[in-house]
Amino acid sequence: MDLWTNGAGLSLMVALPVVGAVILGFMPKKGEEAIKWVGLLTSLVTLGLAVAAAFVFDYDHSEVFQLGTNRPWIDALNSSYEIGIDGISLPMLVLSAFVTVLSIIYSWNHWEEPKNPKAFLMLILLLEAGMIGTFIALDLILFFIFFEVVLLPMYFMIGIWGDRSERTVPVFNMVVETRLYASLKFFVFTLFGSAFMLLGFLALYFNAPVQTFSIPGLIEQAPALAALPFAGLIFAGLFLGFAVKVPMWPLHTWLPDAHTAAPTVGSVLLAAILLKLGTYGFIRIAIPILPEAALDFAPLIAVLSVIGIIYGSLACLAQTDMKRLIAFSSIGHMGFVMLGVSTMTEVGLNAAVIGMVAHGVITGMLFFLAGSMHHRYHTRDMARLGGNLVLMPKLGWILSFTAMASLGLPGLAGFWGEFMALLSAFNPQNGLPTGLFNTALVAGAIGTVLTAGYLLWMLQKTNLGEPSEEWADSNFPDADKYELAAWIPLLIATVAIGVFPKIVFGASEGAVAALIEKAFGG
Amino acid sequence: MTYDLDYAALAPEIILALTVMGVLTVDVLVPRRLKYWSAVVALGGMLLSAAAILMLFVDNSGASMFDGSYVVDEFSLTMKALFLAAGYIVLLMSVNYIESDRFYQGEYYFLLMASILGSLVMASARGFIVMFIGLELVTAPLFMLAGWRKGDRRSNEAALKFFLLGVLSAAILGWGMSFIFGLTGEVRFDAVAQALSGVLADDATRPAAVVAILFVLAGFAFKISAVPFHFWAPDTYEGAPTPVTAYLAVSSKAAGFVGLIVVVYRAFPTAGDVWGPALWGIAALSMTVGNLTALNQKNIVRMLAYSSVAQGGFMLVPFAAAAASGGDIAADAISATVVYLAIYLFMNLGAFAFIIAATKHTKSGDVDSYAGLSQKAPGLAVLGVIFFFSLAGIPPLAGWFAKLVMFKTAIGASATLGWTLAVVAAVNAVIAFYYYARVVKAMWFEEPQGEASLEATPGSLKLALLLCAAAVLVLGILPSIVSSVGASAAQILGG
Repeated sequence: MDLWTNGAGLSLMVALPVVGAVILGFMPKKGEEAIKWVGLLTSLVTLGLAVAAAFVFDYDHSEVFQLGTNRPWIDALNSSYEIGIDGISLPMLVLSAFVTVLSIIYSWNHWEEPKNPKAFLMLILLLEAGMIGTFIALDLILFFIFFEVVLLPMYFMIGIWGDRSERTVPVFNMVVETRLYASLKFFVFTLFGSAFMLLGFLALYFNAPVQTFSIPGLIEQAPALAALPFAGLIFAGLFLGFAVKVPMWPLHTWLPDAHTAAPTVGSVLLAAILLKLGTYGFIRIAIPILPEAALDFAPLIAVLSVIGIIYGSLACLAQTDMKRLIAFSSIGHMGFVMLGVSTMTEVGLNAAVIGMVAHGVITGMLFFLAGSMHHRYHTRDMARLGGNLVLMPKLGWILSFTAMASLGLPGLAGFWGEFMALLSAFNPQNGLPTGLFNTALVAGAIGTVLTAGYLLWMLQKTNLGEPSEEWADSNFPDADKYELAAWIPLLIATVAIGVFPKIVFGASEGAVAALIEKAFGG
Repeated sequence: MTYDLDYAALAPEIILALTVMGVLTVDVLVPRRLKYWSAVVALGGMLLSAAAILMLFVDNSGASMFDGSYVVDEFSLTMKALFLAAGYIVLLMSVNYIESDRFYQGEYYFLLMASILGSLVMASARGFIVMFIGLELVTAPLFMLAGWRKGDRRSNEAALKFFLLGVLSAAILGWGMSFIFGLTGEVRFDAVAQALSGVLADDATRPAAVVAILFVLAGFAFKISAVPFHFWAPDTYEGAPTPVTAYLAVSSKAAGFVGLIVVVYRAFPTAGDVWGPALWGIAALSMTVGNLTALNQKNIVRMLAYSSVAQGGFMLVPFAAAAASGGDIAADAISATVVYLAIYLFMNLGAFAFIIAATKHTKSGDVDSYAGLSQKAPGLAVLGVIFFFSLAGIPPLAGWFAKLVMFKTAIGASATLGWTLAVVAAVNAVIAFYYYARVVKAMWFEEPQGEASLEATPGSLKLALLLCAAAVLVLGILPSIVSSVGASAAQILGG
């Protein structure tokens, strides 16, 4: 088909949301219905394209970059418009388009102050373009641009629609609104990481025998790059850029603030997609281009991941704010993903890919729920909540279900990522210290117990029991049709991936196997 | 020695010189209410001059006059085109601003055009004498323009500070140049370069040559307001009329950089071990001091003044990298500096045009007074985001490409001096984001104080804003356009 021969389909997935945003920009603010429909339709068509791409994708050769193109872009830099997807990027691509549609559906009747659907939808669409662009880019400069483009819409989302309560800034002792603090922190942290990532990219370019920014081209030259005396330094630069985004302990401190302050849809997109840009960067760029340096760094990554798992879980147990608890749970879950990555094995990377998808689906769902509950109770203080199941049975059951999925219940999506990450730590790549990884396995296993602990504790605080006096007479509306329309697809995905992990593995297996084979010789 | 003039090759300068006269003549002839015709003549003259440059480009025949002291080649034409573009936008910004002050319109345009003519001369100068004349022609009119708001004490202070330090820097530059002449017996850059290697190799003359080179650098460092020669900039920027500030921050700075490029790469190519480390230090200091001081500024123009000090530091990075590489990447380095200048031209002029347009809503120069501008004037606030985030280097706005080529030369030097400077620049890029974001934060995240003004933005200012915004967006997505500008500027190494 024509659409898929010259990278037209993939390019369209980036261009459509931008065009949609521009059209929205020219629409009168008053026609709110029309604005919402234009936003929804744009994201639906994009999702349609993503699904179509998943159908034309050749799963027998999932390690080959497909449906892409390679055209001149900045000749002076040897940088080209090179795009394409393989079995690792395909699930992320579909996930991005999928979650964007659901976010827009959810927004339909949930506009946070100061409302302004037009501007909000424009930002969602620009965000979508950036996310999809990052997952299809096969040129380091192109990747960098999309990686950064994502920051702007999220910055405005947190800054304008974010939490307006006041807080004290540590060190400076100033009192500012949470949204201002969180949006700036989010941006500065990521920018700091990506500045060094860019230096790493440039160092790769100049030290490759054939100077190029093409990711596949650099992977081919991995052996020559490994011989560089400062390959470790280059990896450190890339590491800084990606680890901030994941985020890995101790670079995580922006996350709880940003997630908690962001409007519901902002938190959902942040958790579901934006964090994955970091892990994806490790799998797509850092490991295949610099495998030797990656092996040197693997123990450090494993240790930081395990600290993240344990620290995230313990921090969850100390939270009083439901949304902040979910935010900290992301640090733990992404710790499992990075533990899988750090083993540099097939099992580990597959665990990472499915872990990314599962975390996107499940934690996205949890943030939706936290938002809807805040919408009704006007508080997220777990000490005041309780008996949600009695007050709003539908919403309550969905919360219970999602929490179960999040703690890794077998049969649901969250299970595979955690289980396989631990499994892979049992037998890490040749040359890695098995003892350390086995210790990491044990610590990670303890982490799963803690994870179950805080999720059940959260359920007990919010869902179970009788409503307190404060809410006993309240008559909250249960989940409405927009909420259900946004959530049911996520619930179905949670079950489907849990029962048929092949949905993800079918795409990722071949690609991961080839990646490991090429990088570490099997 | 021949004095044959190639009038065709000089057409841009001649047209501009005639325009300078024309502006004054019109001012004398027309009645008071038609004084704006001076501006029309000035704009028209610049377009004609630009057309002449375009024809010379197409014609592609260089010219060399005054024994090779005045050269028309690809480099000079490229730089002249940039100077005219910047001058044109500054003029658009000035029209209503100056008209609303209602005095000395004709003289204002006369002085501005004379300064632009000076920058054109700079671009062609290949000898110390022509270079000095060009530089003073750029600067002298600005002493008066900086003090244009006679009744305002800050404007007077601006002019006086600028004048005193400008004269001092001219003295330092002249002193350095005269020493070079004394040591080499030459004023033309190519001849200086040949003689200088011998002078530097001789232990008896080397110290004097090193001092002379450093003095020349210091003279230019004043012009580009690089640390530690930047002290005049914030006060002058704040006190001068805003369009003049924009001109100072962009065109005058660019003229300094053009001088630096030509002198460093054509006159001192063998002295990289002298100017390399010196410019390394100046670049690192300018970035760091400029950014850290900008963090504390309350006044938006002062903030941009320090930001332009820091941006100047970024533009110096390629020089240090070229020296560190032993001249291997000189072409890349020149290209990087010129690309940075070209992009900086549009984003910084855009930022100043934005400030002029926003003043009627904010009624103050405080960053805090920009609170809620997005509700008073959403379109203008979007333009503000474009310019300030481009200055911060956020893709897909053009600023990212400027930073990228700068980083590229620093890493490409494959030397310790290169990548250490890259790390300094990377940290500074993050610091800079903080104060640029402060303006955006005020405009978009804070509640408005005071009423929106109903006064419409004047047409010429709108045109300036749109030209800059379009350039920032297009160059950010298709940077090939501007990288070709850099490539043709790098031709200066050739002949």
